Amino acid sequence: MADQSFPTGTLMAGKRGLIMGVANKNSIAWAIAQQLAAQGAELAFTYQGDKLLRRVKPLGESVGADTFLDCDVTNDDDMDATFAALEAKWGKIDFLVHAIAFAGKDQLAGSFIEQTTRAGFKSALDISAYSFVDAGRRAAAIMNDDGAMITLTYLGSERVIPNYNVMGVAKAALEACTRYMAADLGPRGIRVNAISAGPIKTLAAAGIGSGRHMFRFNKAASAMQDNTDSKGVAGAALYLLSDLGLSCTGETHHVDGGFHAIGMPQEDALRASLAE
Amino acid sequence: MSDVLERVKKMVVEHLDAEEAKVTNNAHFIDDLGADSLDTVELVMAFEEEFDIEIPDDAAEHIQTVGDAVKFISEKVG
Repeated sequence: MADQSFPTGTLMAGKRGLIMGVANKNSIAWAIAQQLAAQGAELAFTYQGDKLLRRVKPLGESVGADTFLDCDVTNDDDMDATFAALEAKWGKIDFLVHAIAFAGKDQLAGSFIEQTTRAGFKSALDISAYSFVDAGRRAAAIMNDDGAMITLTYLGSERVIPNYNVMGVAKAALEACTRYMAADLGPRGIRVNAISAGPIKTLAAAGIGSGRHMFRFNKAASAMQDNTDSKGVAGAALYLLSDLGLSCTGETHHVDGGFHAIGMPQEDALRASLAE
Repeated sequence: MSDVLERVKKMVVEHLDAEEAKVTNNAHFIDDLGADSLDTVELVMAFEEEFDIEIPDDAAEHIQTVGDAVKFISEKVG
């Protein structure tokens, strides 16, 4: 199950943490989990409902995890139970990985101004941004000083990406939450950062209209002219969650082949991507 | 066509942990092979990768049986 090619070591030895947001083997959170485990971390996982447990459990077990907690982040009772279970198991934790987002499919296609409903807006912001604040507060309550938290975001928060729509707004909120959380928890030595990953083929990406165009364009227009490898995201997560990341907090770190740095793509690459 | 059929069958058997004998041309992913809605999304993503094709959402919605998948992929792969 677990990919053996993640660099091994002891950067996370003795550290324990919660991974929220593994859906299947393509999940970015799963790449992060494998990298952390390869460096000695002990992991617990949340999942939402039996449909996902069936997928998450074998993955988690392959990296030695035995704690799988059913958690709908919009449900306070679930959140209470999740962190109570972690405290009962470990007493203290050292890190949190938040990789959860949602917007209705109807919100993720076409005109932002026409498609975004009050209910759609609320649920996108609740699940994709507030859940990090809520999980972060609960995690901090049982976290050792000098712990760390990360969340996953996307460039659609900073610039317009077609069809990303209300999710871009939610990711902007999430990045702002990251900075405020970093300020609140900084005095305890707890660091809070976001990784802005380029598009990766996951279940979540399958929900975004014209997702394929996004992959092609990203590949063509990025500095590296390549897609984002989830191993790069996992490596960044390891840096931010281990002591390597000392003094880095409140940051949104781009792991996207340099797409965010480009103002105008190379003509040849762009032509090729449009011709496909 | 037969090559596509064999590859699709093999992928379905592996992905859904289904009995090989049950994975026939008419087998419905959800009704006959015990897939859930996430499995079907994952399968479509796996087909895209395996055959290096794109399956748009509206087409994906109509891929509900092994035969549907084979037909769509065969047309794309040509």
